[in-house]
Amino acid sequence: MTQLTPVLSAHWDEADSFTIEGYQRHGGYKALEKALSMQPDEVIQLVKDSGLRGRGGAGFPTGMKWGFIPQGDNKEHYLVVNADESEPGTCKDMPLLMANPHVLIEGMIIASYAIRANYAFVYVRGEVAHVVRRVQKAIEDAYKAGLLGKNILGKGFDLELVIHIGAGAYICGEETALLDSLEGFRGQPRLRPPFPAIAGLYARPTVVNNVESIASVPAIIANGVEWFQAMGTEKSKGFTLYSLSGHVTNPGQFEAPLGITLRELLELAGGVRAGHQIKFWTPGGSSTPLFTAEHLDVPLDYEGVAAAGSMLGTKALQIFDETTCVVRAALRWSEFYKHESCGKCTPCREGTWWLVQMLHDLEAGKGTEEDLTKLLDLCDNIAGRSFCALADGAVAPIISSLKYFRDEYLAHQRNGGCPFDPIASTTFATVGA
Amino acid sequence: MSTEQLTEVEMITVVIDGFEVTVPKGTLVIRAAEKLGIQIPRFCDHPLLSPAGACRQCLVDIEINGRAFPKPQASCTIPVEPGMIVKTQLTSPVADKAQKGVMELLLINHPLDCPVCDKGGECPLQNQAMSNGRPTSRYEGVKRTYDKPVAISSQVLLDRERCVLCARCTRFSEEIAGDPFITLNERGALQQVGIYEDKPFESYFSGNTVQICPVGALTGTSYRFRARPFDLVSVDSACEHCASGCAMRTDIRRGKTLRRLAGDDASVNAEWNCDKGRWAFKYLITRERVATPMVRGSDGELHEASWPEALAAAAAGLKSKRAGVLVGGRTTREDAYGYSKFARVSLGTNDIDFRARPHSDEETSFLSSIALGLSTTYSDLDKADHVVLVEFEPEEESPIVFLRLYKQVRKRAIHISTTAPRISRGNHKLTAVRTSLSSVSGLTAKSVIILGERAAETGGTISAAVALAASTGAKLAWIPRRAGERGALESGAFPSLLPGGRPVSDASARVDVASAWGVSHLPQNPGRSTSEILQGLNTPDGLEAVVIGGVDPADISADALSQLLNTFVVSLEVSHSAITAIADVILPVAAVVEKQGTFVDWQGHARGFEKAIDDAQTRSDVRILSMLADELGAPINLPSVSATAREIQSLGTWDGARAAFEKTSAGSAPRTEGTTAMLHSWRLLLDLGTLQEGEANLAGTARTARAHISASRAAALGVKNDDRVRVSSERGSLTLPAVIVDISDDCVWVPRNSLNSQVIPALGFSSGVVTVVKA
Amino acid sequence: MAFTTEQEAIMDSIVARYPRKRSAIMPLLHFVQSIYGYVTKDGIEKIAEKIEVEAAEVTAVSTFYTQYKSEPVGEYHVGVCINTLCAVMGGDAIYDSVSDHLGIGNHETTKDGKVSLEKIECNAACDYAPVVMVNWEFFDNQTPQSVRNLVDAARAGNPPAPTRGPKTLRTWKQNSEVLAGLSDGLSGEGVSAGPATLLGLKIAKEGGSK
Repeated sequence: MTQLTPVLSAHWDEADSFTIEGYQRHGGYKALEKALSMQPDEVIQLVKDSGLRGRGGAGFPTGMKWGFIPQGDNKEHYLVVNADESEPGTCKDMPLLMANPHVLIEGMIIASYAIRANYAFVYVRGEVAHVVRRVQKAIEDAYKAGLLGKNILGKGFDLELVIHIGAGAYICGEETALLDSLEGFRGQPRLRPPFPAIAGLYARPTVVNNVESIASVPAIIANGVEWFQAMGTEKSKGFTLYSLSGHVTNPGQFEAPLGITLRELLELAGGVRAGHQIKFWTPGGSSTPLFTAEHLDVPLDYEGVAAAGSMLGTKALQIFDETTCVVRAALRWSEFYKHESCGKCTPCREGTWWLVQMLHDLEAGKGTEEDLTKLLDLCDNIAGRSFCALADGAVAPIISSLKYFRDEYLAHQRNGGCPFDPIASTTFATVGA
Repeated sequence: MSTEQLTEVEMITVVIDGFEVTVPKGTLVIRAAEKLGIQIPRFCDHPLLSPAGACRQCLVDIEINGRAFPKPQASCTIPVEPGMIVKTQLTSPVADKAQKGVMELLLINHPLDCPVCDKGGECPLQNQAMSNGRPTSRYEGVKRTYDKPVAISSQVLLDRERCVLCARCTRFSEEIAGDPFITLNERGALQQVGIYEDKPFESYFSGNTVQICPVGALTGTSYRFRARPFDLVSVDSACEHCASGCAMRTDIRRGKTLRRLAGDDASVNAEWNCDKGRWAFKYLITRERVATPMVRGSDGELHEASWPEALAAAAAGLKSKRAGVLVGGRTTREDAYGYSKFARVSLGTNDIDFRARPHSDEETSFLSSIALGLSTTYSDLDKADHVVLVEFEPEEESPIVFLRLYKQVRKRAIHISTTAPRISRGNHKLTAVRTSLSSVSGLTAKSVIILGERAAETGGTISAAVALAASTGAKLAWIPRRAGERGALESGAFPSLLPGGRPVSDASARVDVASAWGVSHLPQNPGRSTSEILQGLNTPDGLEAVVIGGVDPADISADALSQLLNTFVVSLEVSHSAITAIADVILPVAAVVEKQGTFVDWQGHARGFEKAIDDAQTRSDVRILSMLADELGAPINLPSVSATAREIQSLGTWDGARAAFEKTSAGSAPRTEGTTAMLHSWRLLLDLGTLQEGEANLAGTARTARAHISASRAAALGVKNDDRVRVSSERGSLTLPAVIVDISDDCVWVPRNSLNSQVIPALGFSSGVVTVVKA
Repeated sequence: MAFTTEQEAIMDSIVARYPRKRSAIMPLLHFVQSIYGYVTKDGIEKIAEKIEVEAAEVTAVSTFYTQYKSEPVGEYHVGVCINTLCAVMGGDAIYDSVSDHLGIGNHETTKDGKVSLEKIECNAACDYAPVVMVNWEFFDNQTPQSVRNLVDAARAGNPPAPTRGPKTLRTWKQNSEVLAGLSDGLSGEGVSAGPATLLGLKIAKEGGSK
């Protein structure tokens, strides 16, 4: 049984964990001191050696990304933290920032030092006022404590850190769309090349990292590469936050080494809710192909999930039991993607428009088996044809739900409508509306 | 002439659909395919705009050195690389299915407007749906619909449902014109082109978006529902408006111009033109045409006459009188040559001038000596490190020069300086800074000093520019406002020059021309300029008769028309005008679309055009003049435009010595104090110009006339933005709303010929001291 | 004057946060909403002036994002998450119930201007489903009844406190100021983390940790 490893969450249960005092009480900003006494390139090497991979979904090696920034180029470098957490099912970064924004700030200062950036931004989604308050205050307090601004800790390193607040667009979680949004344009993805490491924010070398990735850095600096590598699997090192939600007895955040399985997490979370069985679940948010009961023992690391046909993504484990209609689930996710499509490219913009209409009809029991073939063909013309991966995420629930639950679609047609009771799946099912 | 180093361009060979093609490094796959004649379908791609990769129509399979891309790629965003193998829809079933898939998706929301859509018949969506689409659509859902059309300006209409969101229009407006008045709004399936409601799409280049829109989403108000492309006959033409020299395509149906498009000339206008060049052609239909020759009878009225009668009357009026010629700035080169030869051979005079605008002796000397020796080109602008605009507003007076400079401004560091008293919007886009010829610095041999025609309005300006060019090695360029001026200068429609730049005062030059023309001698003293001709009328030594081409006297001076009243006037005109109203004989001539000819742009490059309206019965000026010359017994033997062109060619240009430029010193600037101010003005691109008549939709986008004053003058007058002020001279006044801008305190700027602001008729001069008070 | 000197000074300070002016467009739009409740024409023109772009370039951005409103919303803007997980857990039922109760639909406001309703997407609180956001404050673990109570209390001027937020629920305009990056001094209020957030830690401490 894999042990849980609270590192980021270790002190969230203290009432003032989000204050600078609360953070410093448990060694906060000590890692920064250590990092500033190293050479920037040493810091990059350390993070590379640790094997830390981006926690925003793609799992790209963080140290390698930092290493892509050309040094000695006489240009401004930027660090941008992606706190636009909007992937359905994902709920780790917002609680982290609410409970301990300072760990992010410390990580940002270290990362900026390493890549030689003197300006850093944290792009926080706009629909979380209290998280914004916490991050804003943490930045203020860090400035007051001489941890931001000029000559940090007397080590001659300057860093301006600005919070940039979004305004409701899932696509801005895509790194190049985020950069355009931060520059003051519509948040639409950019052509790559050039890559952000060469021409990112304001056409300057930029690193864009997820909140959790950067927040993991202080602990790695403080405790060392070996400590970090002792957790996780061969290619997916370290600890991470798994978010369990849906039809589990006790939904919540579980910090564990990479590679833990859902079966283990369910045991910790009190299992699927009493009297029900797991029907389908997402390993990493709605954009990742669905898993079923047959995948309970898949190691939840990047390689394990990929080998089983999905993606680890943001470790957003949404659990659905047998009261849930998978067609309804796919329809609602499709409506999400249609709403959030930026509109730039034809397959996503027009494709999601069409997918929603088709799924709507299928959920209402209209159509024939032919339509399922047509739906899959439409998905085939969308996936891999669009400008960015949003469209790929849009077709994932449809393709995988058809793979595992084709008969449920047909049941709707036989039934002339959805055969499920929508109230049965709610939290107040037994209590009543 | 300088020899330039040719830089080595790296060439790369790739394989597309099994065929090898070698192209310069940096070439996009979609362009490389075109070189093989392989048309990959596309919408958002345009060779002159930055790649977008948005429509996804151009997907192809690519592998490089054996490694295949896992998914098809947008060929409009990928430059070729060594070892690249591309399979388009022709050889890759995956690419073919992907393209058909995208096409199907584009059509699910596209309305079946073809029967009522202007684009039908010349529509890339129709064409590519046929070549790269499925035969039927599988869509059974609800299409999105919008209210339609929306007028995004008075001259451009938007049908949002038709839009495929290729963003060509928004990219053009931002990248090429610098006028991001249209943008993409909303998100996802509701994304649409829009304007800020209070600020319509009033860009001087908006018409280009109609031309490059690959569907019928953007249409021109004036052309909407007018014609089908298969009804039209298209003719390559040259724009008759400014001296930029745009290539054009004129579309004619049953003898009438229905629309004009920008033509393709990479060395001049790329594939763009300005809205005036595109839409200002209705003058021919709305102005009253001179249908037949007319002669003023003893009753003082004009009567229709036959050609023999009119020619006889004209000859009678001109014979044994001191006569001169006012050519106007809008003739073709051949017609100007006709005027030039007619003046010398038939009238025996050098009193001929093409300038129908303010001018000076300094300019006359400049044009006689230096102007025709200048060989500055658009290419020099492309490479310039510093461009000085001397009394020249590119966006208003020569829009393609503006586009050319703006392209550089966006690409790299380039200095643009202007002598204007305020930075106009166009110059703001060019990041121009204000300067004076005495203080500008940092000019090198790569710099260009552009003299506009208004440099003639202040004594000493041209001389200072010439001296500056000489001392720094910078190139000089002369850019007049009208399409015919350079050609007229080259043809010798000028008091001190014979054709080909031959100085009138040079004996060997005169002999050269005289022998070519078969006459024994030519008048040897430089003649009168336009102003000298006009001012000399009604004086003892003045002229008694004038032959006038397309001239608007109000463009020259407030008194020009009245000066002509008691003179014998022979008018060669297309439509009735202020001149025909006082003429003694009117001889109708052909409009631009009714004749062949050549316009010479400011670079000195010629663009010929054929007769667009095949069966037009009217005749070019040169032919009329030839008939009149015959009637006068002093023939010029130019019976046709082509004969004239041949003669111009065989006469060739003068390679002998030119006259020396006579410098003029700057006078002292008039003092202003209190409510007096120096008046500055220039003509806006869209204004009350005669050739813009009849096109209300175009006029709807003209900028409102305002008096531009400084903050301190406004404070002194107690005036806020939009309060009315009166600008007066001894002669008259203009009343306009004020706008407070960054302008020298001692200046006021108004548009020269706009609604409520016709400077020369109202104030009596083009620049001078005025008083400004609150109205 | 659409904006006071003080408001303009704040706008200038927002612009000064960034190396390039244009980046300030998003916080400036939130700031305009904090004054007028939605993006007004004056707001668009003022922003265009401040960051030196055309007004059309401002509307291009303001119409792209869900949080920028082109019409006024209620003092209390109620967002019911109807993304799949919350919908299945009860979000759909909650939305239907409160919509029926208030007599308004998606993007509509009650006649007294107090409450408006919106179907929102995943708000990153899935372990607290069904989630309702009011003026972008968390109201976790809602039911149809609790949301009906919430809106009734809001209309009476006495809304409940957010589950994880300040002690008192602030208005739409007040919270828009926070979203413009301006501090209201309330960061210290509210829990550091909710029970679901702490679940793993709790279990780890009880014996499941390393």
